[in-house]
Amino acid sequence: MRDFSYFRASSLDAARQAAALPGTMLLAGGTTLIDLAKCGVAEPDTLVDITHLKGLDRIDVNERGATIGALAKMGHIADHADIKSRFPAISEALWQAASAQIRNMATIGGNLMQRTRCPYFRGPANFSACNKREPGSGCSAIGGVTRGHAVLGTSEACIAMYPGDLATALVAFDATVHLGERKLLVDDFFLLPGSTPDREHAIEPGEMITSIEIPSSAAAHRSTYLKIRDRQSYEFAAASAAVGIEFEADGRTIRDLRVALGGVATKPWRARAVEEALKGKVLEPETVRAASRLAVEGAVDHGANHYKIELAPRVVARAILKLGETA
Amino acid sequence: MTKIPVHLDINGTHHHLELEPRVTLLDALRDRLGLTGTKKGCDHGQCGACTVHVDGERVLACLTLAAQTEGRTITTIEGLAREGELHPVQAAFLEQDAFQCGYCTPGQIMSAVACIREGHAGSDEEIREYMAGNLCRCGAYPHIVAAVRQAALEVAS
Repeated sequence: MRDFSYFRASSLDAARQAAALPGTMLLAGGTTLIDLAKCGVAEPDTLVDITHLKGLDRIDVNERGATIGALAKMGHIADHADIKSRFPAISEALWQAASAQIRNMATIGGNLMQRTRCPYFRGPANFSACNKREPGSGCSAIGGVTRGHAVLGTSEACIAMYPGDLATALVAFDATVHLGERKLLVDDFFLLPGSTPDREHAIEPGEMITSIEIPSSAAAHRSTYLKIRDRQSYEFAAASAAVGIEFEADGRTIRDLRVALGGVATKPWRARAVEEALKGKVLEPETVRAASRLAVEGAVDHGANHYKIELAPRVVARAILKLGETA
Repeated sequence: MTKIPVHLDINGTHHHLELEPRVTLLDALRDRLGLTGTKKGCDHGQCGACTVHVDGERVLACLTLAAQTEGRTITTIEGLAREGELHPVQAAFLEQDAFQCGYCTPGQIMSAVACIREGHAGSDEEIREYMAGNLCRCGAYPHIVAAVRQAALEVAS
């Protein structure tokens, strides 16, 4: 790991000013940044430690929704009683992510800034071509080993999968990310790779995530996060689904439905086609399974990741049907 | 790069070091302070061998800069026993033969102490989930689960 200089930010404004300087990066939990520095992917000149800033780790839940400070730890949010009861999918996405140690380190702001696990991106010593790392250098993944790569939202420049769980649940429930004064839907915060895969987030130099806001809804209240992976725990998703449902008074007609996919796309992937196909319908297994196929409309595989196109709709259907059983 | 002064509070002892900013807590513990109980496995946050407690919570020393922990309280495996008496989790690992080569054991034990304290050792299933960040390449998992279960019961009683 190349050396860097290290400072502690004395205030939010000082952190933002520092973040505007070329070569300077903000350091929170460090679980992505220090790892990528060891891989030779991140090469900061200066790290500005923001973990000692006060008042940015609050978790407030009221009737309108949840507001979570950028420095709140993943593990603390997962275990928060009101998050568990009002936003089960958020809690489940968090406790099924990473390990207990990493969840004690990683902050929610840093979590949104998490980079892809694409081994070609992470391996500059062995793979010089990576458009995400070096714009214009090519993509080593296309034509390479693609079992863990995306099937949705890809481009000719990049097929790297977005690996996070939390953001998948956040986009399902229309959460917003606050960058000081400016706020954006989490869905808009994550960018498609297109021809600029090096740019993953709609954040500008000098901006810093300050909080996440999740509006309350009946669908968020009755929600779940289903994560399927190669091993039972401490693994990224082969495919996952954040799902929330609200029924009409009859308890079986779907009034509102939220569906987002993880582990299959280049960004947290809202599956609106599935939602629209099922709203107003009575929850029946065959109807749900047929509509869930719409989750992978337009999917493109690269050989070894073809299984995700089969798996993702099944995960979506199982999650919706599981929520229906609790009616 | 210029070294910076770093004050660390480890197992109740205060240490003053001059470190390059990039030095991780893991390297500071092992190479500078001779506290080699904390192990370096993958050095990328994937194996849990370097698990220590910072302000009472389990974290990975390999992904933590030493400088970040100034002002925090650090506990390593060397700081677990009190006055020569093993911590209940250490004793349970011995009793249940919860290791083979032993390389992952300090991390397993530090993780287990925190797992019990967090209230995540209520069943074998929960223990497996919340101990998943500690890999054991010898495959001693059934005995590790038994040791955590035993220690959780002892701590509760």
